Amino acid sequence: MTTTSPTTGTRQPVRDDSDVVRVRQAVRRLAQQARLSLVDQTKLVTAASELARNTLVHGGGGEAEVELVTSGLRTGVRAVFSDQGPGIADLDLALTDGWTSGGGLGLGLSGSRRLVEHFAIDTTPGVGTRVEIAAWAR
Amino acid sequence: MNEVPILKIGSTLLVSIQVELQDDTVLQLQEDLAARITRTGARGVIIDISGLEIVDSFIGRMLASVAAVSRVLDARTVVVGMRPAVAITMVELGLGLHGVQTALDVDRGLALLSPDSGAAEDVLLAAVERDAG
Ligand SMILES: Nc1ncnc2c1ncn2[C@@H]1O[C@H](COP(=O)(O)OP(=O)(O)O)[C@@H](O)[C@H]1O
Ligand SMILES: [Mg+2]
Repeated sequence: MTTTSPTTGTRQPVRDDSDVVRVRQAVRRLAQQARLSLVDQTKLVTAASELARNTLVHGGGGEAEVELVTSGLRTGVRAVFSDQGPGIADLDLALTDGWTSGGGLGLGLSGSRRLVEHFAIDTTPGVGTRVEIAAWAR
Repeated sequence: MNEVPILKIGSTLLVSIQVELQDDTVLQLQEDLAARITRTGARGVIIDISGLEIVDSFIGRMLASVAAVSRVLDARTVVVGMRPAVAITMVELGLGLHGVQTALDVDRGLALLSPDSGAAEDVLLAAVERDAG
């Protein structure tokens, strides 16, 4: 498990609508610290908002971990969303633009994948879902 | 949950979103706007999103719904003040905002909604016809 210090990362619960806002704010703060461009900050925060909402709505709640990362000489931000919810049975379908199991626009997963440099998803039906995203300053 | 105030200027409702929008606030605003359009008989709605740092699919859907609902209630909605980084991100996310009219700022939004904007066209048309005739 990654250890995070208060200045370079946070781990926070995703249990209600206000938690989703707090995750966005944490991602924005670190994206600024990592000196991402304004457009890249906006893309990363938007993706984080979609994924935190999925954790809450589809995963039944969980947590988000946000931290500064380095890759070679580049600084970036990584965010991990995890829950112990129902998981995703058909991942290809879930990643299709416009597909929703109900209630949404079906753009959260497919859209956030387009918005960030790194996107990885790990899900097991009946066990839970973990989505990791990252973006680096150019 | 933060409440978003709705102002009435003549026959136009003006909403300037200055708070961090959480999902329940978004749903509340959508309901409040529909109620206010009906109650006031407003003909136009301007939603100023210059204060928004992001528009994700939830907020985007609200904007499209408000536009659709207002149309049914015989009012027009104009979304103004979208930041360039937000516009770029929305397109990449796949959010089209179909059926939502946009303008650069509140002034231009008001001009779009003003009953005179139709009249202005007529004036122009009249001038053209005069010239032709
Ligand atoms: N954390 C999750 N746990 C379980 N299912 C999920 C999770 N995230 C996404 N999904 C599934 O993937 C589908 C697509 O997600 P998304 O693209 O965000 O669209 P939406 O949230 O609008 O339905 C969801 O409808 C849901 O069925
Ligand atoms: Mg979603």
